[in-house]
Amino acid sequence: MTDRKIVIPGEVIVKGDDYLPGEWTEKTEKGIISLRYGLAEETKRLVKVIPLSGVYHPRRGNVVIGKVENVTYNGWVINIGSEDNAFLSLMEVPRFVNKDALEEVMNIGDSAVVKVWGVNRRGIDLSLKSRGLGKIEEGMIIEINPYKVPRVIGKEGSMIKIIKEETGCNITVGQNGFVWIKGDKIENELLAKKAILFVTKKSFVSGLTDEVIKWFKENKKESKK
Amino acid sequence: MAYKRLDGRSNDEMRPIKAKVNVVPNADGSAMFSIGDTIAIAAVYGPKKMHPQHQQDPEKGVLRCTYNMNSFSVSDRIRPGPSRRSMEISKITEWALSPVVMLKKYPGSVVDVHINIIQADAGTRCAGINAASMALAHAGIPMKELVSSISVGKMDKTIVLDLDKYEDSDFEEGEGSTDIPISMTGDGKLTHIQLDGKIDKKQLKEGIKMAKKACEEIHEIQKKALKETIKK
Repeated sequence: MTDRKIVIPGEVIVKGDDYLPGEWTEKTEKGIISLRYGLAEETKRLVKVIPLSGVYHPRRGNVVIGKVENVTYNGWVINIGSEDNAFLSLMEVPRFVNKDALEEVMNIGDSAVVKVWGVNRRGIDLSLKSRGLGKIEEGMIIEINPYKVPRVIGKEGSMIKIIKEETGCNITVGQNGFVWIKGDKIENELLAKKAILFVTKKSFVSGLTDEVIKWFKENKKESKK
Repeated sequence: MAYKRLDGRSNDEMRPIKAKVNVVPNADGSAMFSIGDTIAIAAVYGPKKMHPQHQQDPEKGVLRCTYNMNSFSVSDRIRPGPSRRSMEISKITEWALSPVVMLKKYPGSVVDVHINIIQADAGTRCAGINAASMALAHAGIPMKELVSSISVGKMDKTIVLDLDKYEDSDFEEGEGSTDIPISMTGDGKLTHIQLDGKIDKKQLKEGIKMAKKACEEIHEIQKKALKETIKK
């Protein structure tokens, strides 16, 4: 892994003309400076900053978890934690919906797993036309920092796979930082929640997957006592 | 005549400073900044959709600061709620910070900064600006620089750094006291300066020079506080 260091806005990352400014950086007389609080990374000649905090920025294709804020005559307004509210159109629901009673499918306050179908100036469009999407009927939803989602999922899903296997829960991690946990027993759900919070807390430790396996061993011993 | 300061500080010495990041769990970013007995807490929310809609700017995001002094922050209870003074300081804080925040990418949005003074001993607007600048960085708002702020003052004819409550408002010998809050970016560019009282050109320059040095020190403290939260 390339060397990463913590930078704050205005901090000079590298000096001289040998580097190119990448994401969240700017070239000034002093050198390349960071524009955001995060981790600076140098790959070959490109310098970029990986942000560590901030609100969720939706991208096309993201699977997210949101809460229904309003029901209109042709769809649902869903809060997915971004600065704009997102809209799920009736056309994007792959089932029969009675046009006079949209609230029978989803009402205000319901949560759903949805996919970001498009982001434009006017707003965010959502879709339910994919596998694994739909209204959430049971289980629990927890909120984590959206910038820690990649750590919770792990490389090619390695981290989330361990948590799923160890707890026996079904876990859906939305790119916007909402995590839906569904298990057969509430104890397992709580254990999964604890494990995810543990990962977010230790997100700067390298070799985190091994640490999580160790953590599970310790925690299972405790629960048996 | 030369005066010795009440708490034994030298003329260009600040009160002890503490800074901490991530103090409000529900906010997108937050910070605490204390200097002497003044404690400020700043919480940042957003960028989020601007409401009311007529205040939206279709070209860029808007920075909205709210300064509030808690009723228990001073020994005589102050009436809670917005006042002429708090509204002025809110606006001043906005102006001090807006040159560094880059909200071009968030049209129609607002970044809310709530500053609460939970203990006041003069220099609250400076503590508020320092806390707000750290909280903005912590919230992941794109910024060119951090902003540091300090007040310099004139007691009778001497220039002093970082006035406390007595030096600011109760000192009445000679010419009395003058308070000049100054805010600067990390590379020493001014973003805000206020003057309440009288001072001549030469002494003002001397004061700014003193503030510049102090701001560099504060900048280091802010930087350290931001970096420390990650290490754990």
